[in-house]
Amino acid sequence: MNAPLRRVGVVVIVLFGLLFANLNWIQAYKADEYRTSDYNGRVQVAKYDRKRGNIEAGGTALAVSKETDGELKYLRTYPGGAKYAHVLGYEPVNGSATGLERAENDFLAGTSDQLIVNRLRDMVTGDTTAGGNVLLTLSKRAQDTAYDELRGNNNGATKGAAIAIDPATGAVQALVSIPSFDPNPLASHNSNEATSAYNKLEQDAGRPLRNRALGEVLPPGSTFKIVVAAAALENGITKETNIPAGSSYTPPTSGEPIRNAAPSICPESQVTLMNAVTESCNTGFAKLGGQLGPDVLKEKARQFGFEQEDLTVGRLGESGLGVAASRTGSMENPDGGPDPAALAQSSIGQRDVRMTPLQGAMIAAAVANGGSQMRPYLVRQLLAPDRTTVYDTANPRELRRPVSGQVAADLREMMVSVVQNGTGRNARINGYTVGGKTGTAQSAPDRPDHGWFIGFALDSEGKPVSAVCVVLEEAGSGGSAEAARIAGQIMRAAIAEPGGR
Amino acid sequence: MTAPATPASSPATAGERPGVRMARSRRNAELSLLLLAMALVAAYGAMVEANVLDTVTPGFWVPAATLTAVFLGMHLVIRFLAPFADPALLPAVALLNGLGVGFLRRLDLANAAPEERADLAIFAGIGGRQLAWTLISVVLAAGLLALMRDHRSISRYAYTLGLAGIVLVMLPAVLPASISEINGAKLWVRIGSFSIQPGEFAKLALLVFFAYYLVRKREVLSLASHRFLGIDFPRGRDLGPVLVVWVISLLVLVFEKDLGTSLLYFGMFVATVYIATERVSWLLIGLVLFFGGAYLAYVLGEAVGGPFANFYLRAEIWLDPFAEPYDDGYQLVQGLLALGSGGLFGAGPGGGQPLLLPEVQNDFIFAGIGEEIGLFGLSALLVIYLLIVERGLRAALAVRDSFGKLLAGGLAFTLALQVFVIVGGISKLIPLTGQTTPFLSAGGSSLMANWLLIAVLLRVSDAGRRPVDGAGGKVTRPSGPPEQLHGAPTEVIKP
Repeated sequence: MNAPLRRVGVVVIVLFGLLFANLNWIQAYKADEYRTSDYNGRVQVAKYDRKRGNIEAGGTALAVSKETDGELKYLRTYPGGAKYAHVLGYEPVNGSATGLERAENDFLAGTSDQLIVNRLRDMVTGDTTAGGNVLLTLSKRAQDTAYDELRGNNNGATKGAAIAIDPATGAVQALVSIPSFDPNPLASHNSNEATSAYNKLEQDAGRPLRNRALGEVLPPGSTFKIVVAAAALENGITKETNIPAGSSYTPPTSGEPIRNAAPSICPESQVTLMNAVTESCNTGFAKLGGQLGPDVLKEKARQFGFEQEDLTVGRLGESGLGVAASRTGSMENPDGGPDPAALAQSSIGQRDVRMTPLQGAMIAAAVANGGSQMRPYLVRQLLAPDRTTVYDTANPRELRRPVSGQVAADLREMMVSVVQNGTGRNARINGYTVGGKTGTAQSAPDRPDHGWFIGFALDSEGKPVSAVCVVLEEAGSGGSAEAARIAGQIMRAAIAEPGGR
Repeated sequence: MTAPATPASSPATAGERPGVRMARSRRNAELSLLLLAMALVAAYGAMVEANVLDTVTPGFWVPAATLTAVFLGMHLVIRFLAPFADPALLPAVALLNGLGVGFLRRLDLANAAPEERADLAIFAGIGGRQLAWTLISVVLAAGLLALMRDHRSISRYAYTLGLAGIVLVMLPAVLPASISEINGAKLWVRIGSFSIQPGEFAKLALLVFFAYYLVRKREVLSLASHRFLGIDFPRGRDLGPVLVVWVISLLVLVFEKDLGTSLLYFGMFVATVYIATERVSWLLIGLVLFFGGAYLAYVLGEAVGGPFANFYLRAEIWLDPFAEPYDDGYQLVQGLLALGSGGLFGAGPGGGQPLLLPEVQNDFIFAGIGEEIGLFGLSALLVIYLLIVERGLRAALAVRDSFGKLLAGGLAFTLALQVFVIVGGISKLIPLTGQTTPFLSAGGSSLMANWLLIAVLLRVSDAGRRPVDGAGGKVTRPSGPPEQLHGAPTEVIKP
């Protein structure tokens, strides 16, 4: 029996060898992955030893860590509640953070390379200094107005978004998405409370966790006509050129006629481009798009920022909140041949054209800023834990130039006409020149229309002060007029309290 | 296979060769190793306090000293009752047991309110209870050594123990889940707040029966055979008992929802059959039957669910624990994260976060310890387990009778298999099942059963290393039952 006993001894050594090899795999090879895993509570406990820095806007703290007497030393709180939820995100004990809490985590948590001097000092003194502070560009007043007006919109829309940016710098003045959520329960140290709060939001049909201002793409409707008009102005058409219009237009290959929003709009056979924009003449733009062709339209949209997949809004030159790509979609047949019906519908912002609210605001901002589109950003400054040293001050930079100064001036004139004489009257502000474009976009055949407004405000010297986009999802009739009113209110607030640059 | 013809020329005498040099009992070596082990346990306790309390209390040595007293008592019992027993067994087991108590006490410190930590009573909490269980277990082991002066004497109770073993195995399965089910595995018998795992004792009882049965049947099992692919396969009718054990272990798998216990019983049986018959074919048959059965249970679990669903779920968790990290995969994920967080050197005793681990005092104690002592520390623990197992096998090699060889070999292998099943389970080498980690996990059943196992190994190793003619002088051969109850190895005839 000794030979098999010896072999059993070998088998045991093999079994233990397997255990040993597997432990090497886990504790050596995979150790870093497991140590920093999102599911690893140790990361959290260590993280909560250090006071996380504030996120502030206009001198008001929006995210603050408060000392507790629990095992986790600091509790993250959000005094601004739901109003800032989509900008700040939240920092949960388990799972991953969202919003700027995620994007600026290194600096807030004090683990950033920029704060190495502080950490070295800690090693000597034995203290644990707090993380750094992040100062935002937001105007508190504009953000309040945007949140309150969106929530209290007269059309009763429950979903929507508003974003306001400074056209000259790209600094975001307001960013709101409704429905919103209170981030405080999500940051609770009681994991049951946090989980049930999260599950409730996750299952909410209104999808409150979604940042609609940056992440939702919807058909832009007539707001897209600014892009088409820009393409036309670059292709031999002036704002006074007469373009074909009419009460109805049936594209050559399709039986589906395109009509105007009301019979009173451009029933005549020809209108000037200026009037077509002012009245939002669908037939005129459908024919104009057909004349320009899909390639010209798509290229112009791309120059305004459509199709960009990697845009982020946070700290300039660093990561931030992700932005969904706006799309023009196909304007051709599946086989690549011309499809006049698709082209006509795309020219009035329907069919497969999709736009984020941010993209709408960036179009208006480029027009207001003489054709120069600035890169949008939210983080104005990084401030050391002791609030004496400034680490990073935003240095505004141009993102692209979608149109020349002349084309921008023409577009500006047409958009001002929309607010003074056309569909965007609700956006007017005393003492300021306001321009814009409304949009009413069909959502689904049996659902109410989305209401859009993109616009800008110029001061008495013609300098742009704010560009805004408001969308009310499924707002129904009058949605775009309500969006224009809200946009005016937001710009008024941004003018009164400009926020940081 | 060279079958031993006579005791004098058989390979069994290989075990005696060191015996020539080792006429000494080596008890003093045992004593010094034991004191070294206890010094390590005391140092571990001091490090835990330094990390958890930021100071070492004046009484840090009390648990270690209590353990030392208990184990010194055991050492004295061995000195008198089994003077030639293997000197490495007791210190190795004492070290594991002591570290287990130390780690459980460390959990108590973490669980206690900060202001109560410094004056945690010695018998308080799970650490204190484990200390009490250690005392009881060691007394039981000493009692077994005293009662069983010759390991062959227990073969008289083989059938009684076999029946008791089967009853103990099946008991939790037939009892209602309210009494027998904890954490999804029906392995328990709960009476009030007191719960025991009968399976822990069943494995000892069954092994005694296996050893006895196989010694009697080994000629039949190893002789008649069909040759296929160069391997001798047994006759169909001789497969009977193997199939019975196979069915029982699959029933355990299905009704007690526990792969580990099932694998343990079946592996134990296949190993003893192999040792008894020296036939590789039994190993192949065993492996095919077990893995075939487990795969069948997996397929059935996916297709029809029912009693197989639990096994299917465990296999799915094993394949991808991170699929549902907060739900089904939670335990395994947290175990892996604890091990990974420990890394090579660990966070230091008392420096980890064991409370983040579910079941850290039972199934996941190896992961909890691993977070604090790292890969190097765990490797050392594995080596200590390996040492105990190989010392057990060595006792089997050295002992002269077949029953003793099978008993010690089977017990040593069972211990190894149990360590493999639980440590492999928490480190995602094999599907996780609820086994205790021998000598470390909190709980009296496991500790008592494993100390009894060690007592048997001590007894067998004493018999193996004892000079044949009583040259040790101080001891006489145990009187006990009649000599050669079950055959000298001369029974085997080379086919």
